[in-house]
Amino acid sequence: MSDPIIKIQNMNKWFGDFQVLKNINLEVEANKKIVVCGPSGSGKSTLIRCINRLEEHQEGDIIVDGNELSEKTKDIEKIRAEVGMVFQQFNLFPHLSILDNCTLAPIWVKKMPKKEAEELALDQLKKVQIDDQANKFPGQLSGGQQQRCAIARALCMQPKIMLFDEPTSALDPEMIKEVLDAMVSLAKGGMTMIVVTHEMGFAKEVADEVIFMDEGMIIEKANTNEFFANPKSDRTKLFLSQIL
Amino acid sequence: MQTINFLKPNRDNIKNYSIIGSFLVLVSLIDVISNAFLKINLTSFLPGSLTTLFPLIIGLIGLNMMRIDYSGNKKLDLLNKNINTNNFNALLTLLILFSIIKALPQSLSWMIFDATISGDSKDACTGTGACWTYIKVWFRRFMYGMYPNEFHWRINTAFILVIALGFVGYFMKENLKKYLALYYVIIYPVIAYLVIYYLISGGSFGLQWVETGAWGGLSLTFIVSFFCLIFCFPLGMIFALGRRSNLPAIKYISICYIEFWRGVPLITVLFMSSVMFPMFLPEDFFMDKLVRVIIAITLFEAAYCAEVIRGGLQSLPRGQYDAAKSLGMGYWKMHIFVILPQALKLVIPGIANTFLALVKDTPLIFVVGLAELAGMLALAKTNPKWLGFAMEGYIFASIVFWIICYAMSKYSYNLEAKYKTER
Repeated sequence: MSDPIIKIQNMNKWFGDFQVLKNINLEVEANKKIVVCGPSGSGKSTLIRCINRLEEHQEGDIIVDGNELSEKTKDIEKIRAEVGMVFQQFNLFPHLSILDNCTLAPIWVKKMPKKEAEELALDQLKKVQIDDQANKFPGQLSGGQQQRCAIARALCMQPKIMLFDEPTSALDPEMIKEVLDAMVSLAKGGMTMIVVTHEMGFAKEVADEVIFMDEGMIIEKANTNEFFANPKSDRTKLFLSQIL
Repeated sequence: MQTINFLKPNRDNIKNYSIIGSFLVLVSLIDVISNAFLKINLTSFLPGSLTTLFPLIIGLIGLNMMRIDYSGNKKLDLLNKNINTNNFNALLTLLILFSIIKALPQSLSWMIFDATISGDSKDACTGTGACWTYIKVWFRRFMYGMYPNEFHWRINTAFILVIALGFVGYFMKENLKKYLALYYVIIYPVIAYLVIYYLISGGSFGLQWVETGAWGGLSLTFIVSFFCLIFCFPLGMIFALGRRSNLPAIKYISICYIEFWRGVPLITVLFMSSVMFPMFLPEDFFMDKLVRVIIAITLFEAAYCAEVIRGGLQSLPRGQYDAAKSLGMGYWKMHIFVILPQALKLVIPGIANTFLALVKDTPLIFVVGLAELAGMLALAKTNPKWLGFAMEGYIFASIVFWIICYAMSKYSYNLEAKYKTER
């Protein structure tokens, strides 16, 4: 068994007086796909935002690819460059074209030559099937197209880990499928993924493990088949009965 | 019995009503116009007070009759929607129209028909109208201040050079475009300063030295505004970012700076810079008054710019910061490539506002003895040979300032349209 690429130990986090994450322990091995589900306000998003330190945790350790995240971490940008993230609200840069959205970080963070970055970007855009939109601006695209562009943008940094924060929650039902398809093909390519989502079909298809969270705690963590076939806690059963 | 539904026009009798209505409005307008321009009172047969009110009443009735909802006539609908929605608005429309008509003949005859422009002394102005001779004679002073006449070409050349250098950005080669910001923020101001120093101040290259005390008029307005504008913007940007910094020292320094300069009136800042500041300087250290004043105004306006830019920074959604960070960008890369381009676009109207205010504040430098356009006016109107023409001077100055400011605001609208992005 290889060393886990993400290791979280006894992690606690507060927003002011309110404890959002309670005693989180989690290990993710390379190339595994983890789906995190749970009711809203359960701390799912905060958990994955802690993994690239968009949120700071107060107690415990988070180790990403051998680097511990703490206030002392100097090259947080370097770690972030290896952890791609896709957001619920896409968060594309509206003043840049789709192509520029994808090439901005490779050129300025990874110091890639412009030409090489553009080839890479077009390649990634082709994988999510929006290479024909490369010169448009985000405002001219549909939600599904924007989200696929956001996936391509994150992939252009050639990350080791991809985090998805409810990538389909802001989309029309029709567009959810095109985004999920892009994520499935990414998963089949062997990427390490942590996905916060309510799409249980996606979880069944690609996830190795499913984590169920409620009130800031990990209630249940199990293999996908076991999670759906044989949930242990009552809270999980209740949740599954409502969502399936 | 058929009643005439006088107050309730509708679509069925639209033709009659609109024709009668417009006829009545026309009559009221003709009455006012003939009264104002030809001094003929068409309604003199009416008793006293009714004569004055006659056009108003007739016009109101006419507009009332024309007020037909969804008449089907585009022009009539447009008129009704904009200036004739109800009786009160109709009344306001008529009052404004009538006062413009009444004021027109007097101001026209004062400004144009009875005005004098020939001659070159006060004696030429004998008429009842404006004395544009005064502006003509003093024109060079208003433009160049006390700068010696034979050297005016130096000011003109310097300005043409500075403007030409400002357009360099448009013709820059594609591979140099990334240095554009650097050029405008650092290189351009330095070159402009050197051009103005060597050409307008002189003292070398065989050009006679002209001290800044002699500078004045509109050219001084331009010089002061120009330097203040190009320096206060980057400075404001730094303080806007500083105020949002996570580092307490930088944050509180920025807050103190902004709150200090916003809290003091510009006029005291100018006095301080010209009177108090030199006292604190070492004896052998000399800094020109004009430079001190420009620095003072720049520091002052930078605080306002900072707050405007901060508004733009705050209006960006947090997701933009998150996305930039998640791609591995550090503070400066995030701000230069993602945050500032979007925030600055949003604050174009606010910045234009601040800049316009700055240009219009420049006449205040008169209090420390620098006579730009408005200052030259104040000097000229007290000249014993040319007493009594303050009005012409101020009208001239307001037209000049209006042209400058209108051009600036038009330019800012263009920028806004150019950099508009869909969200």
